Amino acid sequence: MEYVLIAVSAALVNNVILARFLGLCSFMGVTTRIDTAVGMGAATTFCITVSAMIDWAVEHYLLEPYGLGYLRTVTFILVIAASVQFTEAVVRKISPSLFQMLGIYLPLITTNCAVLGVCLLLVEGKMSFIGSTVFALASSIGYSLVMVLFAGLRERLVLAEVPRLFAGPPIGFITASLLALSFMGFSGMSAH
Amino acid sequence: MLVAVGSLTVMGVALGGLLGIAARLLAVEENPLEEELKAMLPGSNCGQCGYVGCALAAAALAKGEAPVTVCPPGGRAVAESLAKKLGVTADLSLHQDKGPEYAVIEENLCIGCTRCIKECSVDAIVGATKQMHVVINEACHGCAKCFKVCPTDAIKMCRVPVTLSSWHWAKPEVGQYLH
Repeated sequence: MEYVLIAVSAALVNNVILARFLGLCSFMGVTTRIDTAVGMGAATTFCITVSAMIDWAVEHYLLEPYGLGYLRTVTFILVIAASVQFTEAVVRKISPSLFQMLGIYLPLITTNCAVLGVCLLLVEGKMSFIGSTVFALASSIGYSLVMVLFAGLRERLVLAEVPRLFAGPPIGFITASLLALSFMGFSGMSAH
Repeated sequence: MLVAVGSLTVMGVALGGLLGIAARLLAVEENPLEEELKAMLPGSNCGQCGYVGCALAAAALAKGEAPVTVCPPGGRAVAESLAKKLGVTADLSLHQDKGPEYAVIEENLCIGCTRCIKECSVDAIVGATKQMHVVINEACHGCAKCFKVCPTDAIKMCRVPVTLSSWHWAKPEVGQYLH
């Protein structure tokens, strides 16, 4: 039950993009088409989950016992960069077509602050290993969900008649704020 | 201080080594010949060769799995240049160059099934369900994929008519003097 609560809270109530405002660059940048949004969501989900698991171990067996809290950001970024590189190699080997589709977005996951943000939130929350894995997975699923939803909205927005001054990013941000407002409806669900 | 420096160094070396091993194990061998062959193919990904797109056809050519006459829209010119690149002699006797073609839909036979629209690789067919379809001649590149799927044989392939602007003198036949 505790894990279900963690998952719902991470995916919907405290959504990475719409409630914590992390990963906004890819949120605006990659969501022009649904298929790229799906690919980005899947790759980011894998990276967040793997790096959160490794970072949990690094935090508990290296940083905390030796009092190296000030090295947290550097070591976490190191782990994230390595896991992204590894993901890239695996995707390239297993599915060349997906690799071609994702293109530049794959290496850019390294600088996606949602990945580092989730890892730092784990440390702040002082979660167990399973709890933190569930939290990371649910957060990244919430991230993918919002990416796909927003990509769908933007695909329709292209066909709409928008005043010239609002065309492009401005109307995108307005739409994002409306989507964030609708996600605020979930805040009544949480026990936290 | 020592622990901090040491731990970061160890982590860096370990992760770097791991990535190095992963890169070695998951290496994707790329054939430079593939890129060159891909550039010689038409690049419209029509799929008539039986491969999914020109890139995969080029890969099969590079491995020697496909004959140089693999590309029907490319015709004789592409087959000859491929044969030259790969250093093989191509049997071009069956490869008659028919000249450019385009698809035409017979209006009274079209039942509006939209199958040809789904098949067209250059979006040259206009129409809707149970409405008559029509081919935009300027966009059609004559791959004949719609011709194959049409259930009522309403599509025929026509030679692009010779107009005043496209007519030219017959090319001089050099072959007979060389041999």
